[in-house]
Amino acid sequence: MAKSVQIVTRINGVEGTYQVDPRLHLVDFLREEVELKTSRVGCEQGVCGACTVRLDGEIIRGCLFLAVQADGREIDTIDGISDQGELRELQQSFHDHNAAQCGYCTPGMLLTAAALLREKPQATREQVREYISGNYCRCTGYHSIVDAVCEVLELHRQPSAKSA
Amino acid sequence: MDTIVKEESGRFVKDDTRQYVGTSVNRPNMKRHLEGRGCFVDDISLPRLAHVVYLRSPYAHARFKIVDTARAKAMPGVIAVVDGHEIATVCTPWVATLAHMTGMKSPPQYPVALDRACWQGEPVLAIVALTRHQAEDALPMVEIDWQELPVVDNMETALLPETHVIHPELGDNLCFTKVIDTGDVDKAMAEADLVVEETYRFGRVTGVTMEPRAMLADYHPSDNKLTVYHACQAPHMMQDLYARHFDLPENSVRVICNDVGGAFGIKVHVYPDDFATVALSIILKRPVKYMADRLESFASDIHAREHVVRARVGVKSDGEIVAFDFDDLTGIGPYSMYPRTSAIEGNQVLTISGGPYKHKNYRARLDVVFQNKVPTCQYRGVGHPIACGVTEGIVELAAQKLGMDPLQMRMKNVMPDDGYPCTGASGIQIEGLSHQQSLRKIEEMMDYQNLRKEQAELRKKGIYRGIGFAVLIELTNPSAAFYGVGGARISALDGTSARLEPTGVVTCHVGVGEQGQGTETIYAQIAADAIGVDISNVKIVTGDTEATPYGGGTWASRGAGIGGESVLQAGKALRVNIRKFAAVVLQKDRSQLDVAEGHVVDSSTGERLMALSELARLAYFRPDTLPGDTRPELMVTRHAAQRGFPFIFTNGVQASYVEVDTETGFVKLLKHWCVEDCGKVLNPMLVDEQIRGAIVQGIGGVMSEECLYDENGLLRNGSMADYLVPMAAEMPDIYVAHVETPTKTSELGAKGAGEAGTAGPPGAIMNAINDALSPFDARVTSQPFTPEKVLQALGVV
Repeated sequence: MAKSVQIVTRINGVEGTYQVDPRLHLVDFLREEVELKTSRVGCEQGVCGACTVRLDGEIIRGCLFLAVQADGREIDTIDGISDQGELRELQQSFHDHNAAQCGYCTPGMLLTAAALLREKPQATREQVREYISGNYCRCTGYHSIVDAVCEVLELHRQPSAKSA
Repeated sequence: MDTIVKEESGRFVKDDTRQYVGTSVNRPNMKRHLEGRGCFVDDISLPRLAHVVYLRSPYAHARFKIVDTARAKAMPGVIAVVDGHEIATVCTPWVATLAHMTGMKSPPQYPVALDRACWQGEPVLAIVALTRHQAEDALPMVEIDWQELPVVDNMETALLPETHVIHPELGDNLCFTKVIDTGDVDKAMAEADLVVEETYRFGRVTGVTMEPRAMLADYHPSDNKLTVYHACQAPHMMQDLYARHFDLPENSVRVICNDVGGAFGIKVHVYPDDFATVALSIILKRPVKYMADRLESFASDIHAREHVVRARVGVKSDGEIVAFDFDDLTGIGPYSMYPRTSAIEGNQVLTISGGPYKHKNYRARLDVVFQNKVPTCQYRGVGHPIACGVTEGIVELAAQKLGMDPLQMRMKNVMPDDGYPCTGASGIQIEGLSHQQSLRKIEEMMDYQNLRKEQAELRKKGIYRGIGFAVLIELTNPSAAFYGVGGARISALDGTSARLEPTGVVTCHVGVGEQGQGTETIYAQIAADAIGVDISNVKIVTGDTEATPYGGGTWASRGAGIGGESVLQAGKALRVNIRKFAAVVLQKDRSQLDVAEGHVVDSSTGERLMALSELARLAYFRPDTLPGDTRPELMVTRHAAQRGFPFIFTNGVQASYVEVDTETGFVKLLKHWCVEDCGKVLNPMLVDEQIRGAIVQGIGGVMSEECLYDENGLLRNGSMADYLVPMAAEMPDIYVAHVETPTKTSELGAKGAGEAGTAGPPGAIMNAINDALSPFDARVTSQPFTPEKVLQALGVV
């Protein structure tokens, strides 16, 4: 087996030094080495989006990145992002619309929805459906998730939102 | 909405005001998921934890001999390499048949195959290591001698004399066969003005729970105790099975289900790798975790719904249906799944087909055959998608041939709303349904007449849209008629313990658990209303055999109707006990007292007399101050089971609006409507979301999902990239409305709602596509309706 590699990475705002196998996937690193269980393993081939996390602020799939690629970079999982309060509106809207059932896909879905809010503030309902299509949900049938995301988009578009 | 009940004193009192039941309460237990803080099996770790991977057969049918495991054992971190013979020393095999399924047969099955693998993916060897990576690294180091055997892949030739018999000791490849024959079908068909026949095909699908199957077995030899953390739907069933197959006292086995990442029936069966993992924990005397990876899921999770059904219907010229005749063939893999068996799905097709209609002549035949593919079993909706698909396909075709509006065709033939209770032609007992009202509602909801106009206008412009309907019934709230009478030890009874805590809050332990449906929320609603407390003061505990009353768990849409009824009865009984005790403390007649908003109140004025916290304080901490014979019983247990009717049927109707691109064969789902009657609606939002989720799971099998096999019985698309589950962009908005016909077999009045959604899409979407294709005299009948199949129907390819 290849020799382990030392990486330095900032996870949810805290810098740490880790020894990792070169082959270790980022999601396995987070779950097994860092004990952060919120990025979940669904397909292990970049299809389902359950392992979505942020790398230097951009959402990526934890199963398609290696832990060594996080060297010198910042990782954020829903743990830190939620604690910061950034997802408050989405979380409330998801709750109000029952936009999660079993909860397995939810962290990934919320991080993707948060990216949509930033990137496409004018997104239509159809564009919301398109944007979240890389995150599978097997429980809801998506309708309620789309409702929840659209409600937050609408909230942000109201004139008072900008000044708030 | 107030209910008046008679209590044992003979006086009638107002029971509750139902503040919560019937309203869209948000799920309190969703909040943790919104922060990612759910606890799934793979999130759990224990000291000395080992991980197992299974070496699975690469062939659909082969004898094997394990030649060498020494190199695997020498790999870093490897703890043990264990074969089927060693596992069989601690776990007895099983045979999955039911006594009431007359003539059913299946061979004994072992957790790990002994010397023959019968499907690609059957476990043949276990490798246990300190990490999953290490166990996987050791897999290719094992040397096995494989001798391929003839493969039975095609169910349509499985019973031919020249076909290889998979289990020679059974004599043939037939697992189960059955015929229902009511009235005189041949005579009715002969006298019909029109007889229409068509054959429908349904591709094999699988559940694809987002969380793959997962478990952690922890056996302690010191006290002979087994604890299994399990992603499953029926913890008490698993407790019973582990106890019997591993020869452990029942009360030494504890099954804990924390969060379960989707189940849909996939997680209610006995899987060989599941029992093998428990065996390994016993053999190795340490905790062992098994989490399927996605490739293993496709090759080991149950598949379902591989059917070919020949359907005939006889109708009069005015549209009256006089007879149905169905012939269903289904392939179930090499073993019937334990303990529910793989014949139930086909049996349901016989029971349910034609179910919404008034006809008196009904014949249905079923053949359930073995094949060398992944075993099939109950998956959300069990048989309903097939039964409803074939019935609604052939009824709509008959309407088309008669030149009759499809909605009128249904309206003419459905059982009348004032005609219940009644017995359907297949023998099903029906308590009360609302087909007519539901049809009227969907017609209005979808603005049917204008939609037809829009369709006609667009057709002139070369845009081909179609409208399709599916009327359905769904079997919910099962009694022991499903499994218990056949000898399967799966509880039809569920219990709730309700306890008033010293601070006045309430804890309910319930035998039915949750996999995300919102079950715990509706239980909290029911309990809060029944007891008279704020819902925020009710805690629901489920999913632990050592903590909750015995129960059957989640299956056959029974959580709300049966589990919910046990919560209601426990809550009511606790309220009575609170009043009894308060009468002593307050020195009043019990009839003058009631409970509301966490207080004992004057039953006529509503005046608050004492907080429940004060009452409970006296009961628990100051019994010395009570009169000598006072026994405060602030914890009660009540149970519920379905009796009177074997099942409680629900009904519904779905409609689909689609656009077919006749050049590419792509079908766009524009809109989907559903009117559902699941009896008393406990939480409108949660019911709607159950229905939407189920509809989309139904759509999956109609539009894109199929387990594709080659002629060697090898799965060609066993990954999430190749097996296409619905994505958000492909799905339509789904509009849901309700008619409420509460069941009178319970006080709660709720019927099941979790599965019926899956039944509608096969019929509704097929009919919509065929409606769109009608100008071309083209039809599709083989699901999933891929672009290729649409183009084939159009004669383009």
